[in-house]
Amino acid sequence: MPELIHLSAAELAAKLASGEVTSVEATQAHLDRIAAVDGDVHAFLHVSDTALDTAAAIDARRAAGEELGPLAGVPVAIKDVLATKDMPSTSGSKILEGWLPPYDATVVARLRAADLVPLGKTNMDEFAMGSSTEHSAFGPSHNPWDLTRTPGGSGGGSAAAVSAFEAPLALGSDTGGSIRQPAAVTGSVGVKPTYGGVSRYGAIALASSLDQVGPVSRTVLDAGLLHDVISGHDPLDSTSLTDEWPSMADAARRGGTGEALTGLRVGVVRELSGENGGFQAGVKQRFDETVAALTAAGAEVVEVEAPSFEYAVAAYYLILPAEASSNLARMDSVRFGLRVRPDSGPATVERVMSATRDAGFGAEVKRRIILGTYALSAGYYDAYYGSAQKVRTLIQQDFAQAFDKADVLISPAAPTTAFELGSLVDDPLAMYLNDVTTIPANLAGIPGMSIPMGLAPEDGLPTGLQLLAPAHADARLYEVGAAIETMLTDAWGHDLLSQAPLLKEAVK
Amino acid sequence: MSEISTDLVRHLASLARIDLSEGELQSLTGELAQIVDSIAKVSEVATPDVPATSHPIPLRNVFRPDEVRPSLTVEQALSGAPEREGDRFKVSAILDEEQ
Repeated sequence: MPELIHLSAAELAAKLASGEVTSVEATQAHLDRIAAVDGDVHAFLHVSDTALDTAAAIDARRAAGEELGPLAGVPVAIKDVLATKDMPSTSGSKILEGWLPPYDATVVARLRAADLVPLGKTNMDEFAMGSSTEHSAFGPSHNPWDLTRTPGGSGGGSAAAVSAFEAPLALGSDTGGSIRQPAAVTGSVGVKPTYGGVSRYGAIALASSLDQVGPVSRTVLDAGLLHDVISGHDPLDSTSLTDEWPSMADAARRGGTGEALTGLRVGVVRELSGENGGFQAGVKQRFDETVAALTAAGAEVVEVEAPSFEYAVAAYYLILPAEASSNLARMDSVRFGLRVRPDSGPATVERVMSATRDAGFGAEVKRRIILGTYALSAGYYDAYYGSAQKVRTLIQQDFAQAFDKADVLISPAAPTTAFELGSLVDDPLAMYLNDVTTIPANLAGIPGMSIPMGLAPEDGLPTGLQLLAPAHADARLYEVGAAIETMLTDAWGHDLLSQAPLLKEAVK
Repeated sequence: MSEISTDLVRHLASLARIDLSEGELQSLTGELAQIVDSIAKVSEVATPDVPATSHPIPLRNVFRPDEVRPSLTVEQALSGAPEREGDRFKVSAILDEEQ
């Protein structure tokens, strides 16, 4: 049943609830798709061998008349940064190759409690450091729109999985754009919730003050349905917020009627709108067209300024390596993961640790750990880490002033369409600039979303629109995001991913 | 230009417990110098009157009752250990063999 894989999660859930389709059929269809195309796409690092059993158990409970949740029986892919006790969890690193965590991340436990069916673990840049998945220790993922290009990163595997119809839903994590930038370059939807809105317990930490887990999907409503499953207070995460969150799916349904745009104050962030160059022409063109369409739909578009954003990437590449160098100290060859003995000399714990971390970490991880160690070291701390934390305050102030004038802010979600594999991997600074549009939201803790904004005329590849809202106002993103999604797909006459080239299915 | 030297990178690598090869030290020295030059501009706007932000959404201290709750068993905690001895993680010698 190949058509099952093209349904949205909401459509599939309706067919499951009515009994028209079983979870075993839906799960098998996605496993077949993975078997057929993942040799080319490489979205998955591990495919579950128990997914069909999980699905069968859910079907049996439904058949027995049990009341199940809205996404019960729907398959989901899980970024490998998240601990899963029944599947290896490597965060894309050799140092954790084959590691089976003794516990589930809270978001994974919530997927299971809501009776979603985990399909497998998705590829990512090692410890989420990167914008292309090329820093994965297990080889890069490929963009389903053009297999010679990257699907973005770090969560390129999750974005590639949903855009290649290998899964209707996936979980990602976003520290500086790792959900939103892959969504933009694969024509899918990705949401970074308000910091603390979703538990980080069991998410292998990159930068603890920036990391946030969120949904990856093909429609705004589907992202909202998954968001509702994973969000909410978790006593196991001391930074978890105690907000009573409204339903994001309900917000998306309200927005889908299109009325949310009338009178909406939309702020175009001058520093993120490509006015000073640096954006691909087709990205800028689609963005300008979207702004014009919003005005035509009755929104009040205003330009807002955020002068401190110029310093955001610099502050981010001090704060992130500083926190990462501390977090990754736990990869010490003692309690889990790889242990490598030095080639010669005494095998003291310190020398074993150093040999293990040399063998287990890739080049980008080493680069950022050394940079973070430098930023935190005596004599440099105030000039670098201390200054970066002050920039963080300035960026929060810029956002506060912008949200006085606008209900939501918009920008392109990524400065270019998907780039060629290999084109930036040896130029760390150029790779870092890919996140220029997404980083400010992480520094300020506010929620952000990327939705498809059309294909760039020059290369026919997807562009993404980023929406930003004040902290705690995630529901506003879903309402407005769904309204813009409706406006754009009505104008196109189809949804963007229906235009993606058909991947050649391997002969079984 | 920053003052990133190969000796500094060697020192940082030893602090970070990463046994870098000479080739890695050389390439990292050049890359770090370039990266540090581009991110040092944060100090331009970080004037003394700007407070620092370490956490994006401020929370007060988070407390919970001091109660015994379910946690990992010894077997679960040791399940990923590279080496174990009885109910403990087995590590290499803390001191050099000579000592």
